[in-house]
Amino acid sequence: MPVPAAGGAGRVASKADILISLRGVTKTFGQGPTAFQALKGVDMDVRKGDFIAVMGPSGSGKSTTMNILGCLDVPTAGQFLFRGFAIETLDRDQRALLRRRYLGFVFQGFNLLARTTALENVELPLLYRGEDRATRHRMGMAALDKVGLADWWDHTPAELSGGQQQRVAIARAIVTQPDVLLADEPTGNLDSERSVEIMELLTDLNRQSGITVLMVTHEPDMAAFAHTVVHFKDGLVDRVEANHRPGVVPALN
Amino acid sequence: MQMFLTTLVLALREIRRHILRSFLTILGIVIGVSAVVTMVTLGNGATAAVKEQISSLGTNILQVRPGQGFGRGGGGATPPNFDLDDVAAIRGQVAGVRAVAAQAQSSGTAIRNAANWSTTINGTTADYFDVQPWPLTSGRVFTRAEEQAGKAVCIIGSTVYDNLFRGEEAVGERFRIRDLSCQVIGVLSKRGQSGFGGDQDDVVIMPLKAVQRRFTGNREIRLMLVGTDPAYDTAAIQSSLQSLLRERRRINGGKEDDFNIFDTKQISDTLTGTTTILTRIVTAVAGISLLVGGIGIMNIMLVSVTERTREIGIRLAIGAVAREVLLQFLVEAVALACLGGILGLILGFVASISIAPLMKAPFIFDPQINLIAFGFSALIGVVFGYFPARRAASLNPIDALRHE
Repeated sequence: MPVPAAGGAGRVASKADILISLRGVTKTFGQGPTAFQALKGVDMDVRKGDFIAVMGPSGSGKSTTMNILGCLDVPTAGQFLFRGFAIETLDRDQRALLRRRYLGFVFQGFNLLARTTALENVELPLLYRGEDRATRHRMGMAALDKVGLADWWDHTPAELSGGQQQRVAIARAIVTQPDVLLADEPTGNLDSERSVEIMELLTDLNRQSGITVLMVTHEPDMAAFAHTVVHFKDGLVDRVEANHRPGVVPALN
Repeated sequence: MQMFLTTLVLALREIRRHILRSFLTILGIVIGVSAVVTMVTLGNGATAAVKEQISSLGTNILQVRPGQGFGRGGGGATPPNFDLDDVAAIRGQVAGVRAVAAQAQSSGTAIRNAANWSTTINGTTADYFDVQPWPLTSGRVFTRAEEQAGKAVCIIGSTVYDNLFRGEEAVGERFRIRDLSCQVIGVLSKRGQSGFGGDQDDVVIMPLKAVQRRFTGNREIRLMLVGTDPAYDTAAIQSSLQSLLRERRRINGGKEDDFNIFDTKQISDTLTGTTTILTRIVTAVAGISLLVGGIGIMNIMLVSVTERTREIGIRLAIGAVAREVLLQFLVEAVALACLGGILGLILGFVASISIAPLMKAPFIFDPQINLIAFGFSALIGVVFGYFPARRAASLNPIDALRHE
């Protein structure tokens, strides 16, 4: 499915390996005297195949940025290029189609459908892509296998541990083979052992499947798995750190 | 089409997942549809039963009785009964009359061996069987000669036969009724209850003269049955019959008739009209319950949208467009309503097939009302499902995901 292009949005010359680029992105909530400017001009580039951890205190604008990057929200002003397309000009349905085709989401609270088997949860995005039953089953099982839960396909979330639920959520996010995986505090509800397992899984997906990972986290231990750590402060990118030894957790050394 | 199939799969899964809630949601529709179907089916049955019972009184028959109304006198002197001259006059002077049977009634206990049975004695002429066909199971009706002579022969109804003869051969046998020994010459076929609850088969039919001479002790006739030719207008026959009787009974000018002419067809129309109106009223009430059932669906769907806000958020986040969410909830509501409709039809079918015998009415399956009731339940799904579905589709994915 091609990226739905709105009128006026055209391909903009960019470096080949830049997947996402934000330029002067602002976001204001509300109007008049109660208006609150959450983003004050964010500039940010995401390279294809990168593993980025987004950090910052609450209210720093990192969640708003993630919502915009996830095409769940639109910037008030500024430019958002995804694969060279100007996303800020897309309407609601076009953004939904973009999410369906290119993005995968993992949430802190897992957000699996209750009373629904792991396989059915994983198959859900394929259902919206109109895949037939056999294809859904095959791709769903492959995704579950990737997260090491192929044997648990017929279990409902209530029958799975937190770590397993998050793995199912990751399987759901990658089943469509997205370009970008957006993870919003994926280890926030897990103990440190499970957290490390999830981070290792994300690292594997990043390395082996070439999925670009964007992750919000509060924990430096988890951020240490990323190649790049972007720090937010007061609605702006404060600083960008490159991590040359990703996966080596300082606390464990 | 692909999108529709997808949403249908999702909707059916959702219904299966919340089987109890789904059932409670559609309970209103189930009851509404079954009530409508049951009421209409039973109403049709009742109408058919009334028609059937009235037609067992005979079609194309005018009943002529002295007095006004049902058996009540005009207030003053009791109006005189008719006699055989009246019968002859009607037969000879009114156009469109096929046959006229006179009737004199009495009652008494019939005794045979150890069995005795209290019954109605009906004295009449051979015309009786021309006016209203009443087949015999065995034997024959009486001849003109037996009628003229007032012989003690009788034709018995099936109830009398059952009580006196209990399956034995009756024709040629004798039994005693009020001191008169009479010979059975025929047995009537079963006719069942009359429209007014009486047992029509509990009767002994004898020649008019025998009854007059032996039981009533006069030459009076209490009832004339006038068989009319279907080719003639009943109203015209009725009015010439009326003027003839007024003349014979010397009723002049503005004075009221001291007799009444009762048209079975007219009574049949009136009674079936009444049952039809009653059926409509009850159906309308049942229809209201169907509407209330629809509001129930809307109520639950609205609650369900709120309850499933997070789920909607997940669906939107992983790439469902608003249309698909709208369609999913709409299809869910319609599927629920249709499911309710089907269950309602089944329940209505079972209810009417089991209640109809209790009402002594036939079960008549009416495909039209089944179709209408089902179509209406589907329509209710669309109408009452649309509002909650639109609300679900308009949710903002970020807010929906944050919803606790």
